[in-house]
Amino acid sequence: TLRLIYTTTAVQRKNVGASGPEKYTEEFIKKQIEEFNLGKRHLANMMGEDPETFTQEGIDRAIAYLFPSGLFDKRARPIMKHPSEIFPEQRKIQWGEDGRPFHFLFYTGKQSYYSLMHETYEKFLNVQRYQDQLAAQDLPPQKEKKNLAGSRWLTKIELEEMLLEKLSDDDYSRFIQLLQKLMTLPCGDTEEKYIEKFLREVPAQLKKVAIEPLKYDERGVAFSTGEGARKTARATAVVYDNGSGKMTVNGIDILHYFPVLQDREQLLFPFQFLGRVGKHDTVCTVSGGGRSSQAGAIRLASAKALRSFVTEKEVEFMRQAGLLTYDPRVKERKKPGQEGARRKFTWKKR
Amino acid sequence: DDKLLSEPLNHPDFFNVKELFSLKDLFDARVHLGHKKGCRHRFMEPYIFGCRLDQDIIDLDQTMQHLQLALNFTAHVAYRKGIILFVSRKRQFCHLVESTARECGEYAHTRYWQGGLLTNARVHFGSGVRLPDLLVFLSSLNNIFEPHVAIRDAAKMNIPTVGVVDTNCNPCLITYPIPGNDDSPTAMELYCKLFKMTVIRAKDKRRQNEVVAELR
Repeated sequence: TLRLIYTTTAVQRKNVGASGPEKYTEEFIKKQIEEFNLGKRHLANMMGEDPETFTQEGIDRAIAYLFPSGLFDKRARPIMKHPSEIFPEQRKIQWGEDGRPFHFLFYTGKQSYYSLMHETYEKFLNVQRYQDQLAAQDLPPQKEKKNLAGSRWLTKIELEEMLLEKLSDDDYSRFIQLLQKLMTLPCGDTEEKYIEKFLREVPAQLKKVAIEPLKYDERGVAFSTGEGARKTARATAVVYDNGSGKMTVNGIDILHYFPVLQDREQLLFPFQFLGRVGKHDTVCTVSGGGRSSQAGAIRLASAKALRSFVTEKEVEFMRQAGLLTYDPRVKERKKPGQEGARRKFTWKKR
Repeated sequence: DDKLLSEPLNHPDFFNVKELFSLKDLFDARVHLGHKKGCRHRFMEPYIFGCRLDQDIIDLDQTMQHLQLALNFTAHVAYRKGIILFVSRKRQFCHLVESTARECGEYAHTRYWQGGLLTNARVHFGSGVRLPDLLVFLSSLNNIFEPHVAIRDAAKMNIPTVGVVDTNCNPCLITYPIPGNDDSPTAMELYCKLFKMTVIRAKDKRRQNEVVAELR
């Protein structure tokens, strides 16, 4: 019987992606480092600077000067950095000439992760043995518990970078659980040093906006400044104490600068809210924007300045009233295919 | 060089492994205790001495013989600079097995066995990997009480295996089975100690013979 054998006329395509990311040999990296150093000296000569004391900032400046680029993305512009920063760190060959691997857990696949687990478990066993010894001698000292408030465990990505290996979420959570278990025991000093390697500081997130203290000018009058913005208008306001409610904008009285009642009401709102309408003098400067946005900018600036004159409770009231919040609304961009930002072209049935 | 390799093969017990253990040691380490009658595997019946109150007792005379053959074989492999891989999937003894392997200078795998580690080694490791020349199973079952995948893979890749088989294990594909208990801590510590001593002895012997050969 005849069997039909299927053949393809096209040659079997080489699967380019199957071998993984490109692997760089050690000689290749060394050659790159030599070329980088030579190039650095050439650059220094070209720019007329001393080749010995040519820093990375100098290189960046030289490249920006010699190869000007109008590309927006900084990462797309030409760079010249040390090869260790460009080529990602890779594992070198894990076995010697006779073929025997260097690490004893090589055949597991994830050698660094499992050796880390092994070491951590060993510390755990040591601590338990130490505890048993103390219990046998009837000396149970309460070791100080380490303060975990300002620290967090390593993230999975940081651990991957440390081990130079891919981890799964399961592996990572197991490792963190083991570390937490180790923490719960009354630890010894050596274990603390080992655990510190896996802790990172968390910067304090609560940042209360510091209210500036009152300043005094030559006449002895208390004053304070505030800055505000709305749309494209930028304003600064200086609020003086012991005043009579006069307000000046760019050297012009508000009655002449803002003919419309609505704008003057906006300016008065912070003072009216705090009940200090006729008590403060204000001198403002404003630029940019239109009539309404300038008014809003000066309102925000004077409210910020008034914080220094007023108790914390009233500051909280002002915040809740929305006097201290920057208004993020700006003009929305017009899109192609539409008449405006939202308005579409007239729809015609036929 | 040829004499270096062929000389140990002329003696039945070149490394004198018989003196490392005795019947009393095995009994004290509770190696003879097996699982209950219901867990008994059919192919383990030749190795079982008897059954007492439903618990199987393993025949220690046969264990002695098998252990002597297995230790002799590991010693020869270590003498010829082979790679030995200790495998065990028992969580209690994972740390013990890994430390034993590290102290011998050999390798261990007591974690989850990924699919093609032996059969698809090129993809996992690289092109020029050297596979282990001997697999030592200190517990031949995995966590689901099924035969460890590595037994089948080693048989596929023509890698000899030494394994401690308990009464619920399948001794078929293992080249040098050692019927014995794999659950007690004392038994496991005894096995680890024996393997470590054999490997270290064999390596020392090799170094001595190399020095002697060089002097000539």
